[in-house]
Amino acid sequence: MTPSIRWLLAALTFLFSAISVAPVHAQESDPAATIQKFGGKQSYDETEAVISELAATGDARVARALRALREGDLYWRESDEAVFIAERNGDNYDLLDPLTGEPAGSEPRGDMSKVRVKNSIRNAVTTALGSLTLRAENPAQRMRAAETLFSEADPEMIEPLDAAIEAESNADVLIRMQEARAAAVLASDRPAPEKAEAAQVLANRGDRESLTMLNRFANSTEDQAARTAAIAAIAAIENNIAFWNQAQNIWYGLSLGSVLLLAAIGLAITFGVMGVINMAHGEMVMLGAYTTFVVQEFIRTSAPGLFEWSLLIALPLAFLVSGTVGLVMERGLIRFLYGRPLETLLATFGVSLILQQAVRTIFGPSNREVGNPDWMSGAFDIGLMSVTWNRLWIIIFALAVFAALLIVLNKTPLGLQMRAVTQNRSMASAMGIRTPWVDAMTFALGSGIAGIAGVALSQVDNVSPNLGQGYIIDSFMVVVFGGVGNLWGTLVGAMSLGILNKFLEPYAGAVLGKIVVLVLIILFIQKRPRGLFAQKGRFVDA
Amino acid sequence: MLLARFLGPRVWILIAALLLAAVLVPMANLYLSPSHPLHVPSYMVPLLGKYVCYALLALALDLVWGYVGILSLGHGAFFALGGYAMGMYLMRQIGARGVYGNPELPDFMVFLNWKELPWYWYGFDQFWFAAIMVMLVPGLLGFVFGYFAFRSRVTGVYLSIITQAMTYALLLAFFRNDMGFGGNNGLTDFKDILGFPIQADSTRAGLFAASCIALAIAVLIVGWITRSKLGKLMVAVRDAESRTRFIGWRPEYVKLFAFTVSAVMAGIAGALYVPQVGIINPGEFAPVNSIEIVVWAAVGGRGTLLGPVIGALLVNYGKTYFTAVAPEFWLFFLGGLFVFVTLLLPRGIIGTIDYGWETWRSRRRASREEKGESDDGEGQPLASPAE
Repeated sequence: MTPSIRWLLAALTFLFSAISVAPVHAQESDPAATIQKFGGKQSYDETEAVISELAATGDARVARALRALREGDLYWRESDEAVFIAERNGDNYDLLDPLTGEPAGSEPRGDMSKVRVKNSIRNAVTTALGSLTLRAENPAQRMRAAETLFSEADPEMIEPLDAAIEAESNADVLIRMQEARAAAVLASDRPAPEKAEAAQVLANRGDRESLTMLNRFANSTEDQAARTAAIAAIAAIENNIAFWNQAQNIWYGLSLGSVLLLAAIGLAITFGVMGVINMAHGEMVMLGAYTTFVVQEFIRTSAPGLFEWSLLIALPLAFLVSGTVGLVMERGLIRFLYGRPLETLLATFGVSLILQQAVRTIFGPSNREVGNPDWMSGAFDIGLMSVTWNRLWIIIFALAVFAALLIVLNKTPLGLQMRAVTQNRSMASAMGIRTPWVDAMTFALGSGIAGIAGVALSQVDNVSPNLGQGYIIDSFMVVVFGGVGNLWGTLVGAMSLGILNKFLEPYAGAVLGKIVVLVLIILFIQKRPRGLFAQKGRFVDA
Repeated sequence: MLLARFLGPRVWILIAALLLAAVLVPMANLYLSPSHPLHVPSYMVPLLGKYVCYALLALALDLVWGYVGILSLGHGAFFALGGYAMGMYLMRQIGARGVYGNPELPDFMVFLNWKELPWYWYGFDQFWFAAIMVMLVPGLLGFVFGYFAFRSRVTGVYLSIITQAMTYALLLAFFRNDMGFGGNNGLTDFKDILGFPIQADSTRAGLFAASCIALAIAVLIVGWITRSKLGKLMVAVRDAESRTRFIGWRPEYVKLFAFTVSAVMAGIAGALYVPQVGIINPGEFAPVNSIEIVVWAAVGGRGTLLGPVIGALLVNYGKTYFTAVAPEFWLFFLGGLFVFVTLLLPRGIIGTIDYGWETWRSRRRASREEKGESDDGEGQPLASPAE
């Protein structure tokens, strides 16, 4: 687009806006005077009339007074019926000018009367604000106004919207306004072709709200053509929603999968690589979560400014705490039980009971509050899909942990020794590797990673002594499903179990879905006892 | 008499003691005045009955774990299923005496606005039907589950984990209200069993006696199975499954047999348990419960007949004692027990006694030589049943 055309367009837009807005301005020149009409005793109808008059000024400055009215902060002085926004200050009201918001002295409370409001007045104010903010300076405000009007679908607003649409220069806002207008048209008694057109606009928008509106319209309209258009639009929207539902399901599935991955990845080391059944693995996760809690408590009392960093601080600490506990367990208990997996299972289960009870004794049996830093809270939309930040971060984090672990296993001396020891212990020992030390380090690494997982899970789950128990069976399922001794198997296993779970949920409900998944895994193990990615090679049953 | 030689004197003493208890405890409760020093208070009878049911459950687990080497972490499921079957019979016996006074539907169904009885509740108003179901349902589940698991050679810890998943899945399922088993609250408020009021001392005494007799019979049956040729095969499967297979046996059928019998026994234990404690709820399916059973057998000594019975009685007495005196220490104690038994007492109490006795005897026999055999028991296969 050449500059000259752009200028021409801008000039045209200006011209149109001048034409459409000018008459409105001409009717009411002084909003300040209109606001003063709130003063004195009046009926609700009178108040409402003043509100429409104010809305008609199209002057964004009256929004302040309207908002104050809605909140019940608009008062008039009994002596001269002058209207102010009042803020309570002891026995007095601090007065503000309703138009500019500048201080205007103070009055005793007895001398002021409130402009009475009820719900219908508040609604009128909301509508008025909607049409006012359609012309706000800030595009984001205009966007919000259009959204509000869209959900209200008020036929009265078609004309202000038309005016605003012609004045609008921002393409995104323009679309929203057109949609708001379409919604209003559908609800109005305009001719059928126009409604069919509006239905098309809503179909392009394609969200659930449009669907409800179109459904309502399709059921009520007499006109055949408009109904056909609406039904076509409904079908289009339903397709769109179905698509986004699938996307949302996949997203939830990935999110659940990443949680499973985090919980299972440490187990993939201790169980998958070393073959040690660690029933206390869930408690390592729990220790990580409680470490986060302790870090946050410490920060809250002594360095509140660091709260945003609390999770990053907790990560290495959780790794150390859980890793140390794991190291102690390996040296004090598990090393005596190598080659006796069933006994290992029992002994580590005993440890898990002890750890649970220890945490319960120290921190109490109830849930502990772990806060979300700002960058972990909130959500944003992609299409019709809502994405929460904490879930997104956890997915990223899980993948990062996974990648880090892969690097440790494949690129570091420790990883090399680990693999050597697991593949052929006596040969590794003969080559000079201190196998007991490698065992201890491997177990500590697996436990430490469980601790890191605990930091992440503290953001999405209740931090209680039972935290670990909820994950232990799932984690084992993931590792067994994915194939023992294979990290990639764990990744694929976690993600596919997560997605499968979420896709079953709508049909079977959360609990039944979980049961179905468990049964499927049990059947799967029948078929492939060594998991999805079984290790190649020959080996004898232990 | 052949059996007598098979089982050895200790087992007969156990059976005699059980039968004696089945007579003496009810009598001491019912006929001795409360001031008498040998009087058994009324609260004690169902408590002891509970222990006996647990002992039966531990024995059932021992059959698969001690003798065939299958560590099942899902035996609580069979126990609970048997309990639910009995609970359903007891629910139907309430009849119109429930809170809502519906002669047909249990209270919770009325509460959920159900109009008629689900099909799987049919027949449970008859005791004989419930008694069959008590054995059939757990047995069938054990059979189907075992058939699939053993056929595809799921062994060792894999099997343990999927049995745990099985009981976990059932736990989730029974928590659901629309399963028709009372959801979260389970089945309770029982009124009478076979026409006898369930709260009455005499009924409870009768239930206690029934539990003791059931346990005695179970000891006999397990003893008979394990001393038979099949029992030798079981031990062979436990100690060297591949070798047994190579010789030409089918280990999966041996395992399947033991697993099914064990499931039925666990179901019976559950059925005797429920009328004595007066409630059955999904909590019985919790994986922790199943693991606790394992520790009873481990403490007493697996691979023996006496061990699980003694282990169950001891640990549960300890649990009653601890949860009354210092509830917060019970889990420490239980956890410590797991660690202690696996590390230092892998044979359990009875196994250790037997082993010590055997060692001592052989050492005496070889007293002229230097030490007969090594003291170091670690890593050796479990002593096979010594009785």
